[in-house]
Amino acid sequence: MKLLAKVSFLGFITLLSVIYTVPTFFPNCAKHPIFKYFNAQPTPLGLDLKGGASVLLEVDLESANKSYLQRLAQSTRQFLRAEKVSAKFIQIQGNSLLIGSEKSFADSVQKALGRGIHITYDEQQSCFVATPSGAIFEEQQSMLVEQSIGIVGRRIDESGTKEANILRQGFNRFLVQVPGLADTTHLLSLIGRTAQLNFHLFASKSSAFGSLKIPDANQKNTMYSLQPLPDVAGDMLVDAQPSFDDNGQPAVSFRLNAIGARKFGEVTKKNIGKPFAIVLDKKVISAPVIQSAITGGSGIISGHFTTAEARQLAILLRSGALPADLKILEESTVGPDLGSDSITLGKNATLVSIAILFIFVWVVYGALFGTVANASLALNLSLLISVMSILEATLTLPGIAGIALTLGMAVDANVLIYERIKEELALGNTLQKSLKAGFKRAIATIVDSNVTTLLGAFFLYQFGSGPVRGFAISLSLGIILSMFTAITLTRIMLQIALRNKSC
Amino acid sequence: MLGLSRLFPKFTINFISLRKTSYAISLVMITCSLTFALFTNFNYGIDFKGGTLVELRFSEPVDIATVRAKVGQLSKGASLQNFGQHNDILAKLSDVFENSSERQIFMDKIIQDLPGNPSIRRVESIGPKVSAEAVLNAGFATLMALLFMLLYVWVRFEWHYGLCAIIALVHDSVCVFGLYSIFGMELNFTSIVAILITIGYSINDTVVIYDRLRDHAHLDIPLKKMINTAINDSLSRTLLTSLSTMISLFALFFFGGPIISTYSLPILVGVVVGTYSSIFIAAPLLFSFNAQIYRPIKPDVTNLPKELEV
Repeated sequence: MKLLAKVSFLGFITLLSVIYTVPTFFPNCAKHPIFKYFNAQPTPLGLDLKGGASVLLEVDLESANKSYLQRLAQSTRQFLRAEKVSAKFIQIQGNSLLIGSEKSFADSVQKALGRGIHITYDEQQSCFVATPSGAIFEEQQSMLVEQSIGIVGRRIDESGTKEANILRQGFNRFLVQVPGLADTTHLLSLIGRTAQLNFHLFASKSSAFGSLKIPDANQKNTMYSLQPLPDVAGDMLVDAQPSFDDNGQPAVSFRLNAIGARKFGEVTKKNIGKPFAIVLDKKVISAPVIQSAITGGSGIISGHFTTAEARQLAILLRSGALPADLKILEESTVGPDLGSDSITLGKNATLVSIAILFIFVWVVYGALFGTVANASLALNLSLLISVMSILEATLTLPGIAGIALTLGMAVDANVLIYERIKEELALGNTLQKSLKAGFKRAIATIVDSNVTTLLGAFFLYQFGSGPVRGFAISLSLGIILSMFTAITLTRIMLQIALRNKSC
Repeated sequence: MLGLSRLFPKFTINFISLRKTSYAISLVMITCSLTFALFTNFNYGIDFKGGTLVELRFSEPVDIATVRAKVGQLSKGASLQNFGQHNDILAKLSDVFENSSERQIFMDKIIQDLPGNPSIRRVESIGPKVSAEAVLNAGFATLMALLFMLLYVWVRFEWHYGLCAIIALVHDSVCVFGLYSIFGMELNFTSIVAILITIGYSINDTVVIYDRLRDHAHLDIPLKKMINTAINDSLSRTLLTSLSTMISLFALFFFGGPIISTYSLPILVGVVVGTYSSIFIAAPLLFSFNAQIYRPIKPDVTNLPKELEV
């Protein structure tokens, strides 16, 4: 009865592990009802095996504080004007705002700035010094990062790429992972471009604000002198689609929201016959002459695009401009053919290593003990793949190396047990007694020696990124499972194999 | 005995009397490693100094010198090598493209300017900021792993066991590290993986020997004999395990393709060094240590139980 229970336990574990292992090697099997019932899925593959791109991006925070202060200056100016408080100047100095006004207006200035901003009065310059708290800057920066992540996500969605994964890392970094993509260059240019669209009138000579010098997008030597503030900004855009202009050239048509449409109408009405520059990321892509007032809020941008460029620009404009610059800190791109090559090589290496290990173990331990050791080894491999599949642990190329290495080390548990049994036998004990004592003494050693190796694997995981982590995961799981196999399954197998034997 | 015969004879090697020789060998290895590390430059991979790696596959055989010249025009200080198959080339650039449009321009040029219709199989790029962090993280991870192993061995055994084990591990790390400087092998994330695996493996062997020692610790026998017995008794296990691990690593090295090969070679060396240090350093060191600190271990041969024979 006791034996029956042990055999059933062993059989149960073996069956389960086989069910969860098969789909990894034969992905088509996962559709079969048996595997569906157990929800047995293939072990997910890392980007280095199935091909894809992984990009670590950093949001440039230096510009965040400045753009926040600029917006604060603008809102303060508007508020004070509405309150009829005179302010001679409002300017940015470091992380503070200087507001040139009389001391008696302190209440209004504080109101204009809102809460959380400390103001003092500088008698010498006769102005208020408003300093937002560190918490405000931090909140602004955090918002900027979230906005950037949102926009990058929208751009990837809009481009029709599925299964993209975006993870925020640390304060101002995020990782974009896109599996199975052949053309990463395209994806990266989609992610990294600011795509700030603005419409500027040309600067007139009498302009009070000076002018903005901006180069042509196609001819580097051509410079335009534009009004410094955009007359219509790209954030009023609600839709953009690739289309063709009157000459049949690829172009992008756009639609503005109600406010944008009204403003666009006003500007075009007042400036008929004058050129209107379309500026994308600080470059003039075209400067058509306004023929008539455009009041419908929609228009077309043309400027020597290819069809692909027009399509990309439409996606970028639709998803919105990035609020800050993005830097590529780290990139790892693997083509799908390299990935499948790696899988084949990894599989081969693992199979060769198993085959030689089997022969080695048989040579060393003979038919009976060798078979038990090899059965535990096979079961160990199967369990490792099952657990990785159940936990959805990603299998990477170094992970395959980890599995093969684990197999070599898994033999160790059997070796330790057998050596101890041998010693017990050599002391003149009976086989059954040696078996029991050998196991008891070996287990302490197995646990001690493996815990130290696990520590190494743990710090490998902590240190590593992506592929290295895959190595650490398969190694740790392999070590834990080899302990489990040795302590329970190998023991049961030996008890069954040796139940009627004596020394 | 049911096939549980010995592959190896019963070992009776006196490791403790060999200790001066083994210390000398290790000292030479460590001195070599450190000298090379100090006086030659490490061949840092892009993981540690930043840069871009581009693996190209050409649809027809191309002259690597031509490709080298063309890539050199696009990016100064690029180094190229054949990788795996003869029409695969791995280009290492010191440039990092932080800006996506610069990157696009460069990759487009690579495809257009090079002969033999290349396709980009793989791009790995690491900016200077991330690589600087990686160096710190790598050092930190190795130190933490060593520290926690020291603590574990200390808790499970005694503090001087921990100390000897750690000395052996530092020895292993320095030797594997030395391998990189002596042979000019590229130092990258893989190297750190190799070093961490080596110390993980080495401590495993060491703990197995120490475990034996603990088993006999209550017996009143001379330390020298006790340590020798512990090493000899576990020697066939140590050798079998090293062999089986090396079998796996050899399979990876020969059949795993160029990327996996770069992982397995330093680990292979690490396994050899780790096995050596467990037998010849970690255990004998315990003797040297105890002989100094706990000098009064009296050899009382008359009352010895007869089961321990060296």
